[in-house]
Amino acid sequence: MTKLLSEKFYTAMKKLEPRYPTKKALILPALHQAQEEYGWLPKEVLGEVAEYIGVHSAQIREVASFYTMYNLNPVGKNHLKICTNVACCLRGADELMNFAEKKLGIKCGETTADGMFSLTEEECLGACTTAPAMMANDDYIEELDVNKLNQYIEKMKASK
Amino acid sequence: MVHETLFAQHFWKDSNRTLSYYLENMQGYQSAKKVLKEMKPDQVIEEVKKANLRGRGGAGFPMGMKWSFIPKASEKPKYLVCNADESEPGTCKDRQIMRYTPHVLIEGLLIGSYAIGCKHAYIYIRGEYVREAKLLNEAIDEAYEKGYLGKNIFDSGYDLDITVHRGAGAYICGEETGLLNSLEGKRGEPRVKPPFPAISGAFSCPTAVNNVESIANVPYLIRMGGEAFAQLGKIDKSGGTRLISLSGHIKTPGVYEIQAGSMTIRQIIDELGGGIIGGKKLKAVIPGGSSSPILTADEIDVVYDVEPLMKVGTMMGSAAIMVIHEDTDLVKLLLRITKFYAHESCGQCTPCREGCHWMESILHKILHGEARPTDLELLVDVAQNIGGKTLCALGDAAAGPVISFVKKFRPEFESYIKGQKKYA
Repeated sequence: MTKLLSEKFYTAMKKLEPRYPTKKALILPALHQAQEEYGWLPKEVLGEVAEYIGVHSAQIREVASFYTMYNLNPVGKNHLKICTNVACCLRGADELMNFAEKKLGIKCGETTADGMFSLTEEECLGACTTAPAMMANDDYIEELDVNKLNQYIEKMKASK
Repeated sequence: MVHETLFAQHFWKDSNRTLSYYLENMQGYQSAKKVLKEMKPDQVIEEVKKANLRGRGGAGFPMGMKWSFIPKASEKPKYLVCNADESEPGTCKDRQIMRYTPHVLIEGLLIGSYAIGCKHAYIYIRGEYVREAKLLNEAIDEAYEKGYLGKNIFDSGYDLDITVHRGAGAYICGEETGLLNSLEGKRGEPRVKPPFPAISGAFSCPTAVNNVESIANVPYLIRMGGEAFAQLGKIDKSGGTRLISLSGHIKTPGVYEIQAGSMTIRQIIDELGGGIIGGKKLKAVIPGGSSSPILTADEIDVVYDVEPLMKVGTMMGSAAIMVIHEDTDLVKLLLRITKFYAHESCGQCTPCREGCHWMESILHKILHGEARPTDLELLVDVAQNIGGKTLCALGDAAAGPVISFVKKFRPEFESYIKGQKKYA
């Protein structure tokens, strides 16, 4: 079977192997690396990670499904994760979520038809003193307001 | 009042995170050098005990004692694992240490690892802190390059490696045994204790798990001596300083550092936070992360430290103060908190898995005017049947807010149930 994951994946894993006493400990790093290549974790990729670790693919799925950051379904090119936990809530996160839903024309948890944006509600991001905050893919955007969010979405739309 | 601070003066400037800044301005790696060359592991642990360094992650457990539980005679490898999961809502202090003073954490890990006999330490960092993980790795590379990590550090014959391990989005991985399972490549489900991690932790070996801020304090306490460090704290049994994450309806939210036990919550809000935004009146304070029982505006003249807060029925937790003003709907806020715990419950223990969802569902009914008069009692009853009946503290974390919100702000819940107030 042809490999789905690149040489880069296998090189990164080889480098990490001596840093753990068991190969299973590489499951989380491997899933992060695989998702970085694919954007999400299709069944076939989970299977290849399983083969690399040397466990059944169900065991990889069991682990992957526990953690919210592993996308078991495709996500948009720009994945907006708005924190709506206490500190952000007190500083207007609900308003931001309503705005994003209207602006993107989707509900929280959905992806736009063109695959450009996914919108999800996030639990506490650890940016409480600069609330409200969101993650856009891997980046934090803090001290948000509707204006700043609007500008960000416009910028991402323009950078197609 | 002027505070002696250890960390805060180095925060907020990106260029401060480099090794050269650390060496020039923070007496970098001098404590580790002294420890590795002149001290025995037991002496290090004694110094930490003298310093009255309480864990900064939430439980406030004395750190020297935790280290002394690691069995010296064990033939197995020993591990020091730094808990950088920082997931308690309201908390964002460890992030600043990793961003601006990563080397003080690395030096702390070096000293701690030597003290407990660990040859490979792990930093378990929450998955969302992508940038902080990268910064830590850069700092670790710098330390390897200069020989502060790796083989034969300071010609002492002692070796240490440090690996950064990223989580992937799960609150429960802040719980130490959930964290260890996650480190081992499993679901982050907490373990049955005993055995405690000190006996059987990471990879079934003796393990100490300590919070970022706890470990980052170690180079300071070695330098100034345990007793002097203890005296930085203005209260018994709590040494050093505390980093406080101050958020919510406050004029100047931020991460502040105070000498332990030197201020009341009211002083922190007024003097550090600049008071409440928009000239509003204070309604309530969540004093130690979202799982700590809420305090009313009349209850905040309490010294902000572990034991005084325990005496008034709440907790300091991870030192995250969330300030709430008069316009806030506490029923709605409690629903949000409860929804969080329901989402994050790992599902192993029935009282937590089922109870959190029931509490969420009852609160939803109350808020939407669909509750019966008896539902408020039912809500508290469910909460009381979760507390103390689960493997880890998540159950208690979910129950505490529910019980305290209803006890202290009962009329707000009743006005929804009686239909006097409608959800907007």
